[in-house]
Amino acid sequence: MIGDAVSFLLNGANWSGPDGMLVQLTQQLLLTVTALVVATAAGLPIALWLGHLGKGGFLAVNISNIGRAVPTFAALVLLSVGPLGTDVLGPYGRAGLATLVSLAIFSLPPIVTNGYVGIREVDPEVVEAARGMGMTGRDLFWRVELPLALPLVVTGLRLALVQVWATATIAALVAGPGLGNVITAGFYRSNYGKGLGGAILVALIALILEGGAALVERYAVPRNRIERREARMSLA
Amino acid sequence: MTLPTVGQDASCYSLVVNHWVCASYWHDRFDTLRDATLQHLEITAVSVALGLLCAVPLALLARRLPRLQSLILGASTMLYTIPSLALFPLLVPFTGITETTVVIGLALYSLTILVRTILAGLQSVSDDVRESARGMGYGSTRMLVGVELPLALPVVMAGLRVATVSTVALTTIGTIVDYGGLGNLLYDGVQNDFKAEIFAACVIVVALAFALDACLLVAQRLMTPWTRGRTAG
Repeated sequence: MIGDAVSFLLNGANWSGPDGMLVQLTQQLLLTVTALVVATAAGLPIALWLGHLGKGGFLAVNISNIGRAVPTFAALVLLSVGPLGTDVLGPYGRAGLATLVSLAIFSLPPIVTNGYVGIREVDPEVVEAARGMGMTGRDLFWRVELPLALPLVVTGLRLALVQVWATATIAALVAGPGLGNVITAGFYRSNYGKGLGGAILVALIALILEGGAALVERYAVPRNRIERREARMSLA
Repeated sequence: MTLPTVGQDASCYSLVVNHWVCASYWHDRFDTLRDATLQHLEITAVSVALGLLCAVPLALLARRLPRLQSLILGASTMLYTIPSLALFPLLVPFTGITETTVVIGLALYSLTILVRTILAGLQSVSDDVRESARGMGYGSTRMLVGVELPLALPVVMAGLRVATVSTVALTTIGTIVDYGGLGNLLYDGVQNDFKAEIFAACVIVVALAFALDACLLVAQRLMTPWTRGRTAG
């Protein structure tokens, strides 16, 4: 079966054409990026603002727990059979809108929770010192809280990316777009080499995305540590 | 299961009337719903139990050997990155189209959460407590079983609740190898545009997650009576 999977992946014919893996791969990457951008634009400012005010913590932290309890599969099914339908949405493919909405919803929890916690976990002494220096709320947020919260915010984005990629794969179970179709087509038609080949590809890309995000995170964090030390020194 | 062509008088599920909320569906297909729920429950319970069984020795090993710790944590994080719809197929060459495939996949996912929380729980035990136990003549095994594990329980149980709830959700994806519990009904519902079936499966799966979470919370309260005063909320 593993041999079949490898030869399926190495056969160029499986990659080309309107239903080829290249099209589905592009579709899924496009979905992932769009959903992540939408969720970040919608959720991150609110989370950071709540963190700055110190309000709504219960909601910001518990949204993660609720997100984990709701099966992504069930949400996809409800949205695609229900109000949003399975119409083709431009480059996003069949059930594009339902898929995008579920992806954005399920990437919100890590973004919101980490954004809020990141701001709240800034050392209160640093915040107090900044206020003592006469910083206004806006200065405090942009020059002290946000830079210090950045590592956790970036971690939240990385978790969201992994979550979105996984959920985008599941879209195939509701006849949606993406590489998951290779897996479902293989398994539901007893073409196990194809199904396994699709699974290998999806897993590999997930690991590459996670690895890339971890690299970005590492870039964001050490620079920030230096800033943190400088902030502490200049404010202490 | 396909929709019946002609609607019976009182029925709210057929090709003509296809309602989301439909009491006669719950009544007529009670056996289907029960079997799917039981399969779901069985897969979830066995997976989390297996995950816990593997997580305890791994966490102890990681604590004893710090060099192994980053390897164990790194490997389990990597596993968590792989989408469930890909992980189950990846296990098929070894375990076939069986329930075992789903159980092993889900146990691997729960390991990520459980190893971390068991480690965190053991680290939350204060050194003073360890010292006094040692002073009272506790050896390392008796210390682990009699002092460290009980004190780590609140943190470990919190992790177990998270692992259980997410396993309930992930079990649905087992439908790719035909063992998805309520996920099988979801897939069938999508294929046949069977709204009552989809709605019923969604309701039961969320209820199952909340019910198991509540059970574990009660179990935790009973097992750690000393925390009751502190964590009233």
